[in-house]
Amino acid sequence: MFEKALTGDKRYWGWIFSLLLIMGTGFIFYLKQLDYGLGITGMSRDVSWGLYIAQFTFLVGVAASAVMLVIPYYLHDYKKFGKIIIFGEFLAISAVIMCLMFVFVDMGQPMRAMNIILYPTPNSIMFWDMLVLNGYLLLNLTIGWTTLNAERNDMPPPDWVKPLIYVSIPWAISIHTVTAFLYAGLPGRHLWLTAIMAPRFLSSAFASGPALLIILCLIVKRVSNFDPGKEAIQTLGKIVTYAVIINLFFFLLEIFTAFYSNIPGHMHPFKYLFFGTEGHGKLVPWMWTAFILSIMAIALLINPNMRKRENILMVSAVLVFISTWIDKGMGLVIGGFIPNPFEEITEYSPTIPEILITLGVWATGLLIITVLYKIAVSIKAPHPPLSPQGRGLR
Amino acid sequence: MEFLLYIRVIRIFVKFVFNVLENMETNRRQFLKIFGISTLSGLGSIPAIWAFTQHSALSTQHFGKRWAMVVDIKKFKTEDDYKKCIDACHSVHNVPDFGNPKDEVKWIWKMPYKNTFPEQEDDYISGEMKNMPFTVLCNHCKNPPCVRVCPTKATFKRADGIVAMDYHRCIGCRFCMAACPYGSRSFNFRDPRPFIKEKNSEYPTRAKGVVEKCNFCEERLSKGLQPACVEACKDNKALIFGDLNDPDSEVRKVLETNYTIRRKPELGTQPGVYYIVGAKEDV
Amino acid sequence: MYNGSKIIAGLIIFVALATFPFLYNIGKVNAKPELKIDTPVIEQLKEKECVESEEFMKAKHMQLLNRWRDMAVRDGERVYVNSKGEKYEISLQNTCLKCHSNKKEFCDKCHNYMSVKTHCWDCHLTSEEKQKT
Repeated sequence: MFEKALTGDKRYWGWIFSLLLIMGTGFIFYLKQLDYGLGITGMSRDVSWGLYIAQFTFLVGVAASAVMLVIPYYLHDYKKFGKIIIFGEFLAISAVIMCLMFVFVDMGQPMRAMNIILYPTPNSIMFWDMLVLNGYLLLNLTIGWTTLNAERNDMPPPDWVKPLIYVSIPWAISIHTVTAFLYAGLPGRHLWLTAIMAPRFLSSAFASGPALLIILCLIVKRVSNFDPGKEAIQTLGKIVTYAVIINLFFFLLEIFTAFYSNIPGHMHPFKYLFFGTEGHGKLVPWMWTAFILSIMAIALLINPNMRKRENILMVSAVLVFISTWIDKGMGLVIGGFIPNPFEEITEYSPTIPEILITLGVWATGLLIITVLYKIAVSIKAPHPPLSPQGRGLR
Repeated sequence: MEFLLYIRVIRIFVKFVFNVLENMETNRRQFLKIFGISTLSGLGSIPAIWAFTQHSALSTQHFGKRWAMVVDIKKFKTEDDYKKCIDACHSVHNVPDFGNPKDEVKWIWKMPYKNTFPEQEDDYISGEMKNMPFTVLCNHCKNPPCVRVCPTKATFKRADGIVAMDYHRCIGCRFCMAACPYGSRSFNFRDPRPFIKEKNSEYPTRAKGVVEKCNFCEERLSKGLQPACVEACKDNKALIFGDLNDPDSEVRKVLETNYTIRRKPELGTQPGVYYIVGAKEDV
Repeated sequence: MYNGSKIIAGLIIFVALATFPFLYNIGKVNAKPELKIDTPVIEQLKEKECVESEEFMKAKHMQLLNRWRDMAVRDGERVYVNSKGEKYEISLQNTCLKCHSNKKEFCDKCHNYMSVKTHCWDCHLTSEEKQKT
C-alpha cells in the first residue's frame, strides 16, 4: 500500500521535504548531543527531566485518545466514526513512535537501551511502560493496516482482528495509566503524588487527542477530496468539550486539596507555576496562557451553536491542543522538580539544540502521519472505477 | 563514503551473529538463572513483600550487616571540618568539579539546616541555626525509592544495606533522580574526566550519561577500612560509622545515648544517615 | 517476469555489495598482531602466568572480566580464587593493569585487529591516564 504515499502534487512533496529537512537538522543535533552528553540541554541536577520527557508524557495521551473513536464505533455501533476510525489508529501509531523516540533521545546511554529487556525489572514502572507502549504500537499497526487493507479489497476485515480491537480498548487506558504511575508513585514529589494523576492524564488525553484529530480531519478535508463527515467531526467536538471540562475540574480538585489543607509541600509547586517563587517565574506566563486558553476553549465549545460552526470548532481545537500541551508537558514535568528536595528553586529552560532535536522528533511523527493518512485517504476517497486489470495491481 | 559505512554495518552484524552463537551455551544457563532470580528479587523491593524475599535463599549474599552513619553536627566547628570530609570523598572517588551548578556532580556536600530539614520550618528558630551547614549524602535507605524505580537494576540494594550503583548497566534514564526524595543523585551531563583535578589511580571515573552517588565507600569497607569522609574527620569524631545490626557497634551506642533525627522520615524510606542536632560546642 | 530486468539488475547489485568487503580484502596482507607482555612488573615475575592459564585467558578473558565485574559490583565479592586455589583481588585497575601496564601494546593491538570496541576505558583508568595525573 505504500506506493500510494509516493504520488502527490507539488504541495505534498514540498511538505514532505520540509519535514525531512527538519528531521535532518534534529538528527545532526542529536549526533552532537551523543558526543557532548545531555549537558547540551537545559536540564540540570535539579530539573533532571525536561522538554523531551514533557513531549513523551503529552504524546502518550494523544496515542491513548484513539480509544475515543474505537469505543463509540465498535462498542456502540456508532457508524459515523467508520470513516475516520483509521485516522485515530494511525494517529496513535505516530504518537507512540514519537513517545519512544523522545524516551530514547532522553537517555544518557542510549546504546544500552536493551538493558531494559535484558534485565527485566517488574518493580519498575518504566519496565511496564515500555511493555504497554510497544504492545499498543503493535496492536494499532496490526489493526489499522489490516482493516485498511480489507477496505481496499472491498472485503470485511478478517475475524481475528475483532478480539485485537477489543483488547486495544483497555490497552489504551493502560498506556496512560502506567505513564501516570511513573509520576504518581514517587515519594517526595508533591505535585505528582496524587491519586487522580491517572484520571487527570486520561481527561487531558481525551481533550488533546480528539482536538488534534479534529484539526487533522479538517486539514484532510481541505487538501484532499475526502470528506471525513460533518457529523463525525461534530461528535469529536462533543468529546473534546466534555473532556476539557472534566480536565479543568480535576485541576481545581488539586488546587483545593493543596490550598485548603495548607500543606506547604503541596502548595509550593502550584505557587511556583502560577505566581513564581523568590523571583523565579519562568513558567508563570506559560501556565496562565494554558489556563486562559482552556477557559476560552470551554466558552467556545460549551455552546452547541458555536461548536457547530467548523471555523470555531477548529479554533477551539487549536486552543485545547496548545493549552494541554503546555499544562501537561512543561507544567507537569518541570513543575514536579521545582522546588527541589532541598526546597531550592532551580529553573529550567530548553536550549536551542534541545528544541531542534524535539522538532526533529515531531517532524518524524508528522511525516509518519502524513504518509499513513495519504495512504488512507487515497483508499477511502472516491476514485474513478478501475479496469479489472488495474484492480489486481492496486 | 557510503561504501565504508556499509562495510562497517555488515561487519558489526557478522560480529553480532558470531557473538550470539559463541555465547549461546553460556547464555542459556545464565539466562535461566538471571531471569529467575532477577524477577523475584526485583519484586523484592516492593516493601509489602520485602520481608518475604529478604531472608529467602535467593538473596545473593547475606552480610548480616546494615551500615549506617551518624552526623554529629555539633562537632563541625570550622569551615575546614566540612572541607576535609568532602575533599576526602571527592578525591578518592574521582568526583569531577565542573564549577557550575548545572552540570554539578557531588557525593557529599553542605546544606543549611533550613534546606536539609525543610519540613521543620519555624519562625522562631535562630537565624544561626537556620543557616547552619549540615553534611548531606545518600541516605542508603532501607526502602530506597530509587531502587524501586530503576528499570535495569543498575541501582540496587546490597545485603549489607548499601544502595549501590552498577555504572556498567545504567542507561541514564534518570528515573532514580526523580524518585530520590533527598536530592542525593547526580547525573554525568558531560564527560567528567577533564574536570577531575587529580585522579585517584585506584578508583575508576564515570562515563558521561550515567547517574552517580555516594557508595558508603564499599570499596574501602571490603578492605576493612572506614569510609573516607569518616576517616578524614576522625580527630573530632564528627562522623560515626558502623553496623546497625551489631548492638555493640559505635553507631548503636551513639544512637542510644543521643537524640537523633533523620531526613523526611514520614516518607517511610528509613534513611541510614542520622543527625545529632545542637548548638556548636565551645572549642 | 514483470520488471524482470530491473529485479535481476537489483539482485546483481545486492550480491556485489554484500560480498564487497570480502572481495575487497582478498590478497591483502593481514599480519597477526604480536602482543607484548614485557612490562616491568611481568619481567620481575618468576612464573609468568596470569590469574588463569594462557589458553584460558586468550579464549575467555572477556567472560572472566564480566564475571569479575558482577562479582565485585553486584555481589560485593572482591576475592577471586583461581583453578589452582590462588587468591586474587578482583579489580581491573588494580590487579589486571598492575601487570599489564601497557594497554596500547597489550589490549588495543588485538582489539583493533579484530575491530572490537570496548568501553572499559571510558571509566577505568589506564596506566597512560594515570601518568597524566
